[in-house]
Amino acid sequence: MSLPAGFPVERIHAMYRRMLLMRAFDEHAGWARREDRLRGSVHEYTGQEAIAAGVCAALGERDYISSYHRGHGHCIAKGADPVAMMLEIYGKAGGVCGGKGGSMHVADFSLGILGANGVVADGVTIAVGAAQAVRLLDEDRIVVAFFGDGALNRGPMLEALNWAKVYDLPVLFVCEDNGWSDRTPTRSVTGGPGIVARAEAFGIPADSIDGNDLLAVACSAGLLAAEVRAGQGPRFLHATTCRWRGHLALDRGLYRDPAELATHAEQDPIGRTRAWLLAQGIAPAVLDGDAAEAAERIAAAAALAEAAPCPDASELCTDVQDTGAPSWQ
Amino acid sequence: MAVMTYAEAARLALRQEMQRDRRVWALGEDLGPEGGVAGQYLGLQSEFGRSRIVDTPISESTIMGSAIGAAICGTRPVVELRYADFGLCAADEIVNQAAKARYMLGGQVRVPVVVRQPIGFRDGMAAQHSQSTEAWWVHVPGLVVVAPATPADNHALLKAAIRSDDPVIYMEHKELWTRTGEVDPGAEPAVLGRAAVRRPGSDLTLVTWSGMLGDCLTAAEVAQTQGISIEVLDLRTLWPWDRDAVFASVTRTGRLLVAHQAVKAGGFGAEIAAEVAEHLFHALRCPPRRLGAPRTPVPHSRPLEALCRVTPAQVVAAARAMMTDH
Repeated sequence: MSLPAGFPVERIHAMYRRMLLMRAFDEHAGWARREDRLRGSVHEYTGQEAIAAGVCAALGERDYISSYHRGHGHCIAKGADPVAMMLEIYGKAGGVCGGKGGSMHVADFSLGILGANGVVADGVTIAVGAAQAVRLLDEDRIVVAFFGDGALNRGPMLEALNWAKVYDLPVLFVCEDNGWSDRTPTRSVTGGPGIVARAEAFGIPADSIDGNDLLAVACSAGLLAAEVRAGQGPRFLHATTCRWRGHLALDRGLYRDPAELATHAEQDPIGRTRAWLLAQGIAPAVLDGDAAEAAERIAAAAALAEAAPCPDASELCTDVQDTGAPSWQ
Repeated sequence: MAVMTYAEAARLALRQEMQRDRRVWALGEDLGPEGGVAGQYLGLQSEFGRSRIVDTPISESTIMGSAIGAAICGTRPVVELRYADFGLCAADEIVNQAAKARYMLGGQVRVPVVVRQPIGFRDGMAAQHSQSTEAWWVHVPGLVVVAPATPADNHALLKAAIRSDDPVIYMEHKELWTRTGEVDPGAEPAVLGRAAVRRPGSDLTLVTWSGMLGDCLTAAEVAQTQGISIEVLDLRTLWPWDRDAVFASVTRTGRLLVAHQAVKAGGFGAEIAAEVAEHLFHALRCPPRRLGAPRTPVPHSRPLEALCRVTPAQVVAAARAMMTDH
């Protein structure tokens, strides 16, 4: 881990607090799903937090992000309210999408969060389109597309890489490479030399880093985002990481190698960042306090979500369409 | 009023909307010098530039996906997919993203995108370039489905589609590209969801749309010489369809015949017939009838393709049979 000279420790500390919030949120979400306290698919981001934290730290509020099914962490990193998100994944009134979307569709347009997405790679085509709108409207924004390594084998992903390069769009592609395409090792279903080579084949400069190293993510994302912002065209960040949990919360993980799982603790981006912050002179009590605060915020959000009412039945037919709305029938 | 082709009318509409609103732009394959497969974009790239009339790679998923991203971020894209058959290459983006985004994101966002995907037979283009898939899209909540039958409508309906905040599947008919008709260049956008009575009549209501309108009008003329007065209704918009207009007409005539170029089984005629049967059963003098293509892929060979077409003679025959069916 190393930072450019003058990089404020406090910025890393702030990212660390965001990571704690992501961890606490998804540890609760996964537990709640396994306990049948909420419904639907829940894909925990646990273990991958450094990527969202480090990348979103390079963004401003006006910048857009698109995400995928494992999307809670990206929303929290971009500043979404964990209470509104918790209400959403519980399908409750007051959820950020009114309880209609759930875990795979958390979004907050007021913060430039264009949405998690239930279809692999679809958020990436949406991201390049968002960049086209930025270009057309002559706005000062960049777009980040988060996706997993599994997405690299979907056609729209490859189309979108080509597209971004052809139109030289302000997009930073961020591949969170946890090695898994759902429950299949990505390398077992991927031809050729791999992910970075695919990006480079389209003429997009790529950087490959240890995505469990928050400082590495922050440094690389900062540089790449600055290049994108300067109008140098699309960039690609390949961040290797570990998926601690199953593909989704109800995945029993029978296919996982215990030896691989055992390596996760030492890779833990939160533990590694904590060690670095301690080495910078931050007191252990301060860091313990950060963890306690994150746990309290999530516990309070969960309690609120458990007790909250569900959406009213009248919400069923709202927001479908204006012309030819269901009530028309 | 000006006389122009169906393709020129659409080009005029897009040009006017692009002049009116800088957020409107179009993307698709070969829109620039060639002006699209039917010249429906001819000259627009020279007028508006390559950033607003965008020539794209052959990447339907991303043509559609990027249009959605651009639509939710403040622009109003018009997507050209060339053939409805290629709309299927973008079906995931249309169905799973465009149609649902507003609902599943709790009303945070609209997706004001127009998806042009022309339908129908033309010149023996065979099974992958001739389908009429309008009913597929009607089945998807969130979408508006438009099928203009005349140059004037291809002008006024396209304007309406571009101004719609809902995603619109806009299905022109390939055999109509070169048909001419009177267009009022200053026409206001049409109201989506309103049918037009193209020929009044008292004995039978004939509901149709798109490329079948001409044949239905021919059939109605022939039927008139045989003493059958057919009212021809052009739906213009399939979702929402003008149930009030259809019900009002069927209430007067007591007979409903629907004719479309799409495959009959599961076609949109089935929905109209079912709604009429459910709600107007006691006003009917005979069972509703439908005419559509057989459930085969569209063949290339001329006589085989012709067998898939609903002809004016078939429409007249069906009308005659209905007049004697008590």
